[in-house]
Amino acid sequence: MKPVDFELHRPETLAEALELLAEHGADGKVLAGGQSLIPLLNFRLARPDHVIDLGRIGALRAIRRNTDALVIGAMVTYHQAERSAAVAETAPLVSAALPHVAHQGIRARGTIGGSVAHGDPAAELPAVFSALDATMVAVSRRGTREIAARDFFLANLVTALEEDELLAEIRVAPVPARTGAAFNEVGRRHGDFALAGAGAQLTLTDDATVSSARIALTGVSAKPFRATEAENTLVGQRVDERLWRRAADVVRRDVDPAADLHATADYRRDVAGTIVERALAAAAARALGNRTGSMEATG
Amino acid sequence: MSSTHVIDVDVNGEVRRCETTGRTSLADFLRDALGLTGTHLGCEQGVCGACTVLLDGQPVRSCLMLAAQADGRSVTTVEGLSGVDGELNPVQEAFCGSHALQCGFCTPGMVLAVQALVENVPEPTDHDIDEAIGGNICRCTGYVQIREAIAKALEARSTIETVPAR
Repeated sequence: MKPVDFELHRPETLAEALELLAEHGADGKVLAGGQSLIPLLNFRLARPDHVIDLGRIGALRAIRRNTDALVIGAMVTYHQAERSAAVAETAPLVSAALPHVAHQGIRARGTIGGSVAHGDPAAELPAVFSALDATMVAVSRRGTREIAARDFFLANLVTALEEDELLAEIRVAPVPARTGAAFNEVGRRHGDFALAGAGAQLTLTDDATVSSARIALTGVSAKPFRATEAENTLVGQRVDERLWRRAADVVRRDVDPAADLHATADYRRDVAGTIVERALAAAAARALGNRTGSMEATG
Repeated sequence: MSSTHVIDVDVNGEVRRCETTGRTSLADFLRDALGLTGTHLGCEQGVCGACTVLLDGQPVRSCLMLAAQADGRSVTTVEGLSGVDGELNPVQEAFCGSHALQCGFCTPGMVLAVQALVENVPEPTDHDIDEAIGGNICRCTGYVQIREAIAKALEARSTIETVPAR
């Protein structure tokens, strides 16, 4: 239960980190908040020769609002993002998902970028960023690469990041007016990895017709599951309870979850539909109450 | 491969300069290098919360953090809560008074999680209270007496705060 011996590097600048990564990327690991990597080290499931800690690089800790995007630095903690007005106003689905991430003690250290780069399909943020078509900005000594969320998450714990690349920031387009978002999950205990989780974001027209729908799920496939078909059934339809049930049925048809100790595949499939229905209903209620684009974003 | 690091950590109000290896966790550092064995290690994978300490006032898992990462930071362990002669602080007093512990293994982490709530949240709701201790597992009490202790600790705090200034 103790890590293998490794050489710890604590660079103070991004440039220094990229140098280290260019040199040690093949037998090294990048340490962000450590809430996933350190358990892997303790179990010796990861046995790196080098660990490169990003904790001293202040430049990666900022949340910025550009004209066309919210920019979340990779080392922003969940705790920091939970308290950010910029995140709540421009990316309400991110805000809605954050309280579902583990516990306070984990959220105090765990980082947004760490979760994304770890690429756990049971985690909330990879699904949320998939739903939002976020852009992952990867940097290396070779340069900067923008990777769309749909091209970023490749398989269970596998992302498009190269050995010498670092996830520097995540960019999300700000939500338009009349948008509502909600995140819902079912687990044995609050704070555990859920059996399945669903994030939904709806944008409505003035006559309460769905103009845009975004739905993604955790825990039902080897990578975050974007429910494209369910989204398509919603666009152009008037807001209606039966609509959410129809989308939920499409999700139940389309997901192909695995069975494990915690739940059968059939139960997960059923839960997936139910939480999508609940998330859509909550997102629609918020969208109806929100004319400006800034909104309440919890639950 | 190995690395050593000289770190300056404020532990319970005293700045300590120590040498540590890269792979040493903050929990092992506190227990083995500083002899502060009040920080308990349960699962060493971030699940149980027994090793909770306050890092710059925020509860964190000391098993999921390297000692070297605490360089320049301030750490409070359960030893830092009591007075010079071992007097219990209000949170510890409340745990004692409510029998909010049995075997005591989870208690240091639980007490520090509650200490953070008492210090950081002005008027906690029931939800805030459950959130504060939600990441700390206790197998003895069933949490009933722990919640009772939290209520007492919060009451003690408000009594202190409402003493009128003269």
